[in-house]
Amino acid sequence: MAKSQISMTVNGKKVEELVEPRTLLVHFLREQLHLTGPHIGCETSHCGACTVDLDGKSVKSCTMFAVQANGTDIRTIEGMAAADGTLHALQDAFREMHGLQCGFCTPGMIVRAYRLLQENKNPTEEEIRFGISGNLCRCTGYQNIVKAIQYAAAKLNGVPFQEAAE
Amino acid sequence: MIPASFAYHRPSSIKEAVTLLGSLGDDVRTIAGGHSLIPMMKLRLASPAHLIDLAGIADLKGIREDGEDVIIGAMTTQHEVIASDFLAKKIPILSETSIVIADPQVRYVGTIGGNVANGDPGNDMPAVMMCLNATYHAVGESGERRISAREFYQGAYVTALKPGEIVTAIRVPVPAAGHGHAYEKLKRKVGDYATAAAAVVLTASGGKVASCSIGLTNVAETPLWAEEASKIVIGSALDAATVKKAITAAEAITSPASDGRGPAAYRTKMAGVMLTRALGRAKARAGF
Repeated sequence: MAKSQISMTVNGKKVEELVEPRTLLVHFLREQLHLTGPHIGCETSHCGACTVDLDGKSVKSCTMFAVQANGTDIRTIEGMAAADGTLHALQDAFREMHGLQCGFCTPGMIVRAYRLLQENKNPTEEEIRFGISGNLCRCTGYQNIVKAIQYAAAKLNGVPFQEAAE
Repeated sequence: MIPASFAYHRPSSIKEAVTLLGSLGDDVRTIAGGHSLIPMMKLRLASPAHLIDLAGIADLKGIREDGEDVIIGAMTTQHEVIASDFLAKKIPILSETSIVIADPQVRYVGTIGGNVANGDPGNDMPAVMMCLNATYHAVGESGERRISAREFYQGAYVTALKPGEIVTAIRVPVPAAGHGHAYEKLKRKVGDYATAAAAVVLTASGGKVASCSIGLTNVAETPLWAEEASKIVIGSALDAATVKKAITAAEAITSPASDGRGPAAYRTKMAGVMLTRALGRAKARAGF
């Protein structure tokens, strides 16, 4: 099958590539651009490990063809930290609050939480849980993930983090 | 999982899309949000030779008023339905339904047109559109025709849409101001299809139901419009005896499959429970 020329911005860099129409966005990112942050988990659009930020939306890159992403602006976990390596508030928060165990879901969680905090700067615990309901974690029971997002929100808002009573 | 090869087309107008659809042979599919089709393609349950992406067609987007109706472009995403203050004010059952579909990532991409046109009995919007007496605009090479949601669904994945036609928009008559509504959905987990779900829109006058329409999701091969049950509650104050009679009538038209969501008898009963709750909530919202 003839390849299609696509161009997009990925983590702030302009990218031009040839892809087969059937190439899924997650395979394109991982295998052609060598961005292995978006993980392939369930492959059936349930787990959210492949989540990337695309034109201001959280999308599951395993359920989109790379050609559909032509012309878009994409951010993966690799684009979260500053150019000098300073971690994004969410990355720092996941470390501080121990928001991961095996780490497989973490890139998707952080990229999803990034969009959640863009849309709702000060979410309640319930809003966080609802907001990350498209991302599965099989290790943590979500407690520390929710806490990490609360911690990051507080930091980004410039207010002290107050841990809720257990 | 890698889908079979296909040729990708991205038309920029409805006319161009319909022309492509008419010229590429039988082995062609349109793709909207793709969250039903792409998983099917990955599993090779679908392997179209041509894929026509509707995402580049500006005319398929947007929400607007047309007289007494609201017209929602087929490519409007569930996320956009939820974010629309206009819809929240005019037809609040739509955002209440959208928000229980799938999960945030899927709602950013999944479209209302795909949800109604796919013919999957698990989809939530079809029963809501039957409840609202919505009409689908279908465009083919010979022009546009309008199909009532109540006549659109013929079987699982079988609809009144003809080969070569695209659903371009959904026309919804705006329910009377002050109406009560509810969409009650029982599901096993976030993102799941309904075990059973019920949609209710009603109006009240003098402490009695003046009009009522009921839709049921995922308890038959097609979404259901529960006409008999709707008629039973009209003129009543939604007293317990009347509600019970309506539930019996609604349960009688269900024929769910026994599957991972439970045995058929259970799903029928759950349709009744969802309807009881939906009637109660719609009643409270209608203020009587």
